[in-house]
Amino acid sequence: MSELTTDQIADEMFNLVKEYAGKKRFKASDLTKEIIAKHGDSVNKKDCKAALRVLMDSGRCVYGYAGGSFISLPGEEGAAKQ
Amino acid sequence: MADHKLRETPLLDELKKGPWPSFVSDMKKMAERKPMVNDLLGQLELSYKEKKGHWKHGGLVGVMGYGGGIIGRYSDAAKEFPACAHFHTVRVNQPSGWFYTSAALRELCDIWDRHGSGMTNMHGSTGDCVFLGTTTDELEPIFAELTEKDWDLGGSGSDVRTPSCCNGMARCEYACYDTMDACYNITMEYQDELHRPAFPYKWKFKFSGCPNDCVASIARSDLSVIGTWRDEIRIDQAAVKEYADSGMEIRANVIRKCPTSCMSYDGKEITIDNKNCNRCMHCINVMPKALRPGTDTGATILIGGKAPIIEGALLATVLVPFIKMNKDDDYQEFKDLMERIWDFWDEHGVNRERIGECIERVGLGNFLEAIEVDPLPEHVHHPRTNPYIFYEEYFEEVDDAEAQKA
Ligand code: HEM
Ligand code: HEM
Ligand code: SF4
Ligand code: SF4
Repeated sequence: MSELTTDQIADEMFNLVKEYAGKKRFKASDLTKEIIAKHGDSVNKKDCKAALRVLMDSGRCVYGYAGGSFISLPGEEGAAKQ
Repeated sequence: MADHKLRETPLLDELKKGPWPSFVSDMKKMAERKPMVNDLLGQLELSYKEKKGHWKHGGLVGVMGYGGGIIGRYSDAAKEFPACAHFHTVRVNQPSGWFYTSAALRELCDIWDRHGSGMTNMHGSTGDCVFLGTTTDELEPIFAELTEKDWDLGGSGSDVRTPSCCNGMARCEYACYDTMDACYNITMEYQDELHRPAFPYKWKFKFSGCPNDCVASIARSDLSVIGTWRDEIRIDQAAVKEYADSGMEIRANVIRKCPTSCMSYDGKEITIDNKNCNRCMHCINVMPKALRPGTDTGATILIGGKAPIIEGALLATVLVPFIKMNKDDDYQEFKDLMERIWDFWDEHGVNRERIGECIERVGLGNFLEAIEVDPLPEHVHHPRTNPYIFYEEYFEEVDDAEAQKA
């Protein structure tokens, strides 16, 4: 299996957040677990950490807080307003 | 002079009476040039009258890319007090040991005067320098000005909270490792964990240079690093004599107060059975000229302390009895341990559960096994608690015996 780039992982994470918007609140570690579950050994936690940083810095997702921190689309309930 | 009408606050004014400095007096001074503070006083007066708070959570506000550092607050009485409709708190990562130059303080206050209420809390219980009260629009400009001057935001939410330390070697002869260096190093190492919340819940590091634990790390942090020594307390018998000559009741105030009864005094010299000393610091605190920590110094790492929020309070308990806090290898041993603990927490932590609660839930034995730390007598919290450590080798031996019988 070919290695995923950081950007590709970030895109996959974004798609997950988008797909489940309003249904599930992903913590950063949930996204990491999903990616690793899907791609197995070709990605590790460090890759996912770098991808999370790319994702958040791009502004496509923002952090939210409801008891604990989670990642969501901008403008969602409990999320940072852009 | 104020170009707005100052709020009447008869109830709050009561707090200006009495011998102590009053936050009301300070706020009133500020209210003359900051409408936000004026309305804040008005809202607080209302709260005193109604015995009811008027702040609400409005979800997260923050700066681009960061998931922590700013705590959003909105007024639910904004109609009446429009200037404090938004009242967000900004946590600014304090310098290690809270050392500032006056120039640095001016820099911070000037930024805050331009973009916020001008009120600060030096310092919050997390350790941060806390800027109290600003609006959502001002957040990015504040962040830009802070970072331009090499300041940064602290932590909030499910992340590494701003680490803090006692001023250790900078001012205190008891320090058994360089707390300020360790605190700074760990802060820089975990920038990602600090600004991008990825944990089940908050994680606090605190560093104290000796068992006096001036930052109360044992009660207030998930991971507490407390300086200690593993050789012998240094004794200067000439100084012991000076204390005696100046009238100190050495037997009553030092020897008999040693919690492990490991000291003796023959009227001339103190002897210590160091194997039984639990490094409580009592004797050293009473006779600092005569007694000093040893020279083979390092730290004890404790885990699981927390204040009551969701579950009750926990004091941290020993995880690693002695570790060299080694600057030269960049605290590698410490960081390796951290990686293993966080891997475990990622895997087994439940949302809003602190590591101390997580360990109680899964059992200390399972936790230790997962992070590859051997069970030790020091892991027993106190006499008559069962750490529930099972030695697998023991079961294996039985299995072997069964196998031989068969
Ligand atoms: C060969 C005989 C004995 C053996 C092997 C034995 C063994 C033990 C052990 C293993 C403990 C637990 C220690 C701990 O968990 O900290 C204990 C506690 C204790 N034993 Fe014995 N014991 C013996 C005889 C006695 C006798 C004859 C008495 C009283 C007349 C006694 C009174 C106690 C008491 C009061 C404790 C509790 C001490 C404390 O926790 O403060 N034992 N014993
Ligand atoms: C009606 C009579 C008694 C009652 C109601 C009673 C009750 C208790 C209770 C509630 C404890 C604390 C248990 C714990 O902390 O888990 C205790 C501990 C103890 N009792 Fe008694 N007891 C009685 C008689 C005695 C007698 C006659 C002896 C000795 C001859 C005795 C020896 C001890 C000892 C040594 C402990 C400490 C055990 C330990 O902490 O390991 N008790 N008792
Ligand atoms: S914790 Fe110990 S080393 Fe640090 S300031 Fe207090 S007494 Fe000094
Ligand atoms: S440090 Fe505490 S336990 Fe150790 S000798 Fe002094 S008083 Fe005793």
